[in-house]
Amino acid sequence: MVCLCNYGLGISRNVSWIAIAAFQLVFPELNFNLAQTTFGRIRPVHTNAIIFAFVGNGIFMGVYYSLQRLCKARMFSDMLSKIHFWGWQLIIVLAAVSLLAGLTTGKEYAELEWPIDILITLIWVVFGWNMFGTIIKRRERHLYVAIWFYIATFVTVAVLHIVNSIELPYSMFKSYSWYAGMQDALVQWWYGHNAVAFFLTTPYLGLMYYFLPKAAERPVYSYRLSIIHFWALIFLYIWAGPHHLLYTSLPDWAQSLGVVFSVMLIAPSWGGMINGLLTLRGVWDKVREDVVLKFMVVAITAYGMATFEGPMLSFKNINAIAHFTDWIVAHVHIGALGWNGFLTFGVLYWLIPRIFKTNLYSKSMANTHFWLGTLGILLYAIPMYWAGWTQSLMWKEFTPDGTLKYQFLETVVQLKPFYLLRSIGGTLYLGGAILMVVNLVKTIKSGKALDNEEAEAAPLTENYVPEHKEHWHRWIERKPVQLLVLSLVVILIGGAVEFIPSFLIKSNVPTISSVKPYTPLELQGRDIYVREGCYTCHSQMVRPFRSETARYGEYSKAGEFVYDHPFQWGSKRTGPDLAREGTQKIRKPNAWHFNHMYEPSSISPGSIMPRYPWLFENDLDIDITEAKIKAMQTLGVPYEKGYEKIANEDLMAQANLIVEDLKKENIKAMPQKEIIALIAYLQRLGTDISGEPNTTN
Amino acid sequence: MKFIHYLENISGISIYPMISLLIFFVFFACLLWYVLRTDKNYFKNIEQLPLEK
Repeated sequence: MVCLCNYGLGISRNVSWIAIAAFQLVFPELNFNLAQTTFGRIRPVHTNAIIFAFVGNGIFMGVYYSLQRLCKARMFSDMLSKIHFWGWQLIIVLAAVSLLAGLTTGKEYAELEWPIDILITLIWVVFGWNMFGTIIKRRERHLYVAIWFYIATFVTVAVLHIVNSIELPYSMFKSYSWYAGMQDALVQWWYGHNAVAFFLTTPYLGLMYYFLPKAAERPVYSYRLSIIHFWALIFLYIWAGPHHLLYTSLPDWAQSLGVVFSVMLIAPSWGGMINGLLTLRGVWDKVREDVVLKFMVVAITAYGMATFEGPMLSFKNINAIAHFTDWIVAHVHIGALGWNGFLTFGVLYWLIPRIFKTNLYSKSMANTHFWLGTLGILLYAIPMYWAGWTQSLMWKEFTPDGTLKYQFLETVVQLKPFYLLRSIGGTLYLGGAILMVVNLVKTIKSGKALDNEEAEAAPLTENYVPEHKEHWHRWIERKPVQLLVLSLVVILIGGAVEFIPSFLIKSNVPTISSVKPYTPLELQGRDIYVREGCYTCHSQMVRPFRSETARYGEYSKAGEFVYDHPFQWGSKRTGPDLAREGTQKIRKPNAWHFNHMYEPSSISPGSIMPRYPWLFENDLDIDITEAKIKAMQTLGVPYEKGYEKIANEDLMAQANLIVEDLKKENIKAMPQKEIIALIAYLQRLGTDISGEPNTTN
Repeated sequence: MKFIHYLENISGISIYPMISLLIFFVFFACLLWYVLRTDKNYFKNIEQLPLEK
């Protein structure tokens, strides 16, 4: 029980990252000119904290409580529970420290490096072992639907995490993704989308199916519907990943598959939402009084909104407007703040007083939290929807004589007020969460922890004789292993159909003979680009729209990315796309990049990009070049045999050329500084298929 | 090292989508058949599980 409360309290400490990142987009000074506090590193901490710390702890809290009661048995092993709890908290701490230190794989929501990936796998196995041990020794024949959702979560997250984290370490803390370019993108968004599905959704649906009936004191509206909800949801969700890659270089068939399955997802999602809301039939008057139900109703409504919006965003014509804009940010926050946040708050307000055998310290504080949170969500989401449309329309607007109407920077400046409003919304939400922490701490102090609650039933009889003839599905419902295997098969089908052809058919990634591996200096520069989280604000994917080819140049081809371990297509354009940064059309002099990285607003007044002064002080680690080239060779990048030994000679030669060029502009720079490598990489971008020389001028 | 080479020789890969559609259809047809046929009282018992003290 103490473990359970720790989970509860652990949740709240992670929300505070929300506000920092949001304010940085209005006041770039808040990046403090320090690597560790710059947006590109804070943002991965924010997303990872929300997913793994906030929601992760929320899941475990709910599972540990409900599983024992639904199985009418104590947890399989207290030791495993403790290892799980402390192991997970260790992962969270390591994640925060390593991401701030710039140790990142550069794949969104899977940024943690290989040692932490291994630790996550081990701790996840401990969680599963403990859960299955409990299920197997249960004293209730039937597995209630919430447990199905927990099992599907366990098995799918394991598969997602392992497949997407296959990487080749080249040092103690760094690795390259095993996949490259388009295939890396497909695997990553199969993972990314299903992290939403199987980490943020299915376990929370399990919690909904347990805690909502508890709080409402009524059974779920339709158990039949919950069975269909479960199977349909896990069957469909796994296919929908490619909707994150519409109009990119992903093959059309894969994009279409993603769209079709995303649209179909409305059915099970809304089935679940309706099942949740109709559970309250006849007791809606309670919602007026009971703060727990208030939180839950808004959570389920937010789930319904987000799962309606998701399929809509998957239509190619809507996606063409929304993708890369703040609309997506609004969409995910409806899910994270509304669905995950509010359901967690509802469960905490219900659970903590029961664990401590007391009443909630203050109902009015909880009500204030509810209204602060609700207003916070609105104040966050509405400006972001508005910003998304504004951004998209400005990007796409042409003058009557056929040129783009707005410079990219003009669109950024236009959005600042929306970013400010959003930050205020986030702060309100955070204020509500702090109020909750105070309220719950006071509640805990006024009670006494009930460490053990007698919830065990009598053991089951060995020889089960059903009362009457059984349907086949009951064979699954009573057997956790069958349920696990079948869930696994169901999710593997979708993954296999998408992946195998994309790895198999050569025509999916047409080879472009002019595309060559990065030079050692560019490769080092690319790793700095990844380290600083540039992909959190810049995409590298020109979509085949007139507005994009007019702004950036030729649209991106799959064959251009075959040596990109990891891919860096990005998902958000707070800054402009960089896929063609080195090409004639938009190429800037080396001196421009040099000055811009030092003080972006001196070159682009009004820019919200942070400064990167440390790149001018840090020496490039050239001792690692050999290991990097070797790793790339292992991954199939065609560097000549033995090249790793002489790579640094080429690296220094190229660096010297850039330094000489800077000298012409009266800039004194030293070739061994990190900034030189980054400039080399930026000047290389997009030049492969344009036949232009790169880096030196 | 690229496992593309190991997969290249799978013949009849084009049948994948058809197989998955069939699995999909059959599975859901069976599921619907089951939930519609099952006795209401059975579900009534199960849905009480979270409410048991």
